Amino acid sequence: MKRLFSSINIRELLRPIGQLAIFSLGSAVILSAIVLLLALIMDKTAVGLGVLARFHVSLFTYTLVNLPQVLIDGLTIGFVYAAIALGYTMVYGVLEFINFAHSEIFAVGAFVGVEILIFLDGLGILSAVPNWAAFLILIGAILAGMLASGLLAVAVERVAYRPLRGASSRLVPLISAIGVSFFLQDAIRMTESLTTGQFNRIFPTFGNFDDRLKFGELPMGANMITLGVSIKSIIVIIAAVLMLVGLNYLVNATKIGKAIRAVAQDRTTANLMGINVNYIISFTFLVGGLLGGAAGVLYALKFTRIDPFVGFFPGLKAFTAAVLGGIGNITGALLGGIVLGMLETFAGSYLGVFTIGAAGTEYKDIFAFGILILVLIFRPQGLMGENVSQKA
Amino acid sequence: MANFDLNKLTQKIQQGVWPIIITLAHLILGVTLVYLNPRSNLAFLLMISSFLSLYALKTPVLFKLVTGALLALVIIPVIGVRNIFYLEVIFQISVFSALALGLNIVVGFAGLLDLGYVAFYAVGAYLWAFFGSQQYYVLHFAPGTQPSNLPFLLPSDMFYLFIFLAIIAAALTGILLGTPVLRLRGDYLAIVTLGFGEVIRVLANNLDKPLNFTNGPQGITPIQKPPMPPAFVDIFNSVFGRFVGHTASVADMYNVMFYIYALVVIIIIIVVTRRLNDSKIGRAWTAIREDETAAIAMGIPLVKMKLAAFATGASFAGVMGVLLAGSRTFVSPESFSFMQSIGVLTMVILGGSGSIPGVILGAATVTILNLQILQGLSLYLSQLRQSDAVIPIINFAWKNLSNQLDPAKYQRLLFGLILILMMIFRPEGLIPAKRQKRELASDKVEVKG
Repeated sequence: MKRLFSSINIRELLRPIGQLAIFSLGSAVILSAIVLLLALIMDKTAVGLGVLARFHVSLFTYTLVNLPQVLIDGLTIGFVYAAIALGYTMVYGVLEFINFAHSEIFAVGAFVGVEILIFLDGLGILSAVPNWAAFLILIGAILAGMLASGLLAVAVERVAYRPLRGASSRLVPLISAIGVSFFLQDAIRMTESLTTGQFNRIFPTFGNFDDRLKFGELPMGANMITLGVSIKSIIVIIAAVLMLVGLNYLVNATKIGKAIRAVAQDRTTANLMGINVNYIISFTFLVGGLLGGAAGVLYALKFTRIDPFVGFFPGLKAFTAAVLGGIGNITGALLGGIVLGMLETFAGSYLGVFTIGAAGTEYKDIFAFGILILVLIFRPQGLMGENVSQKA
Repeated sequence: MANFDLNKLTQKIQQGVWPIIITLAHLILGVTLVYLNPRSNLAFLLMISSFLSLYALKTPVLFKLVTGALLALVIIPVIGVRNIFYLEVIFQISVFSALALGLNIVVGFAGLLDLGYVAFYAVGAYLWAFFGSQQYYVLHFAPGTQPSNLPFLLPSDMFYLFIFLAIIAAALTGILLGTPVLRLRGDYLAIVTLGFGEVIRVLANNLDKPLNFTNGPQGITPIQKPPMPPAFVDIFNSVFGRFVGHTASVADMYNVMFYIYALVVIIIIIVVTRRLNDSKIGRAWTAIREDETAAIAMGIPLVKMKLAAFATGASFAGVMGVLLAGSRTFVSPESFSFMQSIGVLTMVILGGSGSIPGVILGAATVTILNLQILQGLSLYLSQLRQSDAVIPIINFAWKNLSNQLDPAKYQRLLFGLILILMMIFRPEGLIPAKRQKRELASDKVEVKG
């Protein structure tokens, strides 16, 4: 027993938790400060007056009262992005290649998980289960989604990427990946619509995932704003943290992780050192797929409705998150995901108020691209990345 | 043995008068069949494919030009007016050929993967859509609430001016986007252009407030067509009337006119790209595509050259956008989705990036697959569904087949398959560019570890 504990690298277990806490707190504090400052400045302008007329509070109070909810929502979606971004970043670290099909691998995970739950629901099992069993069933669905996505990712690598590894241009595997992404979207649609005639799926309601834990109420003018977090958001956050810690441990404290890092650094030399490069690359895709699949089921849990194209925007944003943090860097992907999720939720919640309704939530999706372009112009290596030069 | 004979055969048909005879036979057979069976897709394919034998067989240049012009400018309009569906197919082929040729400059020549190419197409389309419709007077109305009797902002012959304005607007957009992002490595550039394409689509969807510029998801309509001289219809009817079989209406002739405009744009693009490709700029593009570091070392102004490629490609898309807005009299954000960009990219990759005939072949193939084969399959399936037929062995009644299985809707599957298969088995495309063919052939020897 003692041997077992001493073989676990406690430091590698604790480090990512600390990083996550620091990143979450840091981005929350910085963004809140910026928004509150903006609110103070605009309090006396037309924006502030408009809010005063509508809600009978000053813009500053309005911003402050809404802030906790925005932070919680931002953190939840940020962890989902981080989990998807890890898939991009691991593959990029090893192959220097954007796995464009990762968003569809995510979608497949979501569909497999949801289909299993729908099947159980059809048997009448889900409606009767107690809360603890509901958790177990959810975990089972997540695991099934992970497995499906992981295997799919390995298969895609074997069929569509490995034959192209010696290609003269970097664009060749990228175009193939775009092809895979499109192919998978319609493949999902075909399977889903052939079985039931429609291709949307709704996450079945069961257990107490939709309940909200209430923290208290904040007064805003005459109204009271309830502060709370839904159980499913907590599940998303905890699951994401577990995955991130697990991945960090795998890469930084195990033998196979060392092999992954070696292959990422120099494929030829790693090969000479007796590492089976093809095996390691397949394993990287497997891990990326596992994370993507879990993120898919969690996404379905959080947003309820999924369709075959559900992966596109989360995928792009996760890629943005990976670039923002420094692609190829696992810690960077965590930071990027959290920052992007926060930024996006802030933009979605406050843009409409600050621009008097001229631009609102509908610009949330392209907000990420604006950030991507800015990052690439001013700091192409990302927030945490070292200056990664192109491999020869 | 059979192989040897085949070689001898190919040699033989490339000699003497055989090429001319075969081409003419192909052409005449195709045209006759289409003329006799105006509804047969196969006959139409046979006719269209005569462009291929015209291209592939060794005939005198003058013969190629005259036959090609005859086929494109006389035979196809007549056949098209006879069966308006063919004209639509041909028009779409020419629009997508032009777009693919434009993208070919960016992807094929300069080696920059642009995943948001239709954004520039959208810029051109919305430019004429805004100024060529009543939208200027609708600025202060929410979509759907405008009064009905609004005047048009500009007379319809301003269309021609806007073709040139679209060149400028699209090129400027290209430069504005390109300046910050063209410093990036190729795969980042791909994602940023993808994002830009989405930005343009989201803007088109949402710029109906605070001022109503784009009319939101409903799109702008009606957009004016350029005026058509009435004599045009009369001349066409008096010369070709008896071949067509019915009197051509003004609407028919508009289709012919836009088809011919698209042809003109294609010819201009071909001339421009060929001249550019053989010039200093073209050699600089090739150098950048093959090895950026070496190109910089040779003193090639990297960003400037990339910008030139980006802006040239963009401006052609802008022109086609104006043509689209004019011919459809309607634009909406839906026409400029990511899938359209990938569709155009598929055409370039399928035909052979960097190769002009290849890209046109790619555009024709994908469009025909899309419009004729997939839709034909859909039609066939829906007929089966209505029949009482049963699949024999597994005893499955066609009636029970889901309505969702509509091949016409599975374009993504098609595009995806084409992209993957081409990348794995023939990355240089169906008709490889001459220079690229040499390079890819020699690359197979050295495999990177």
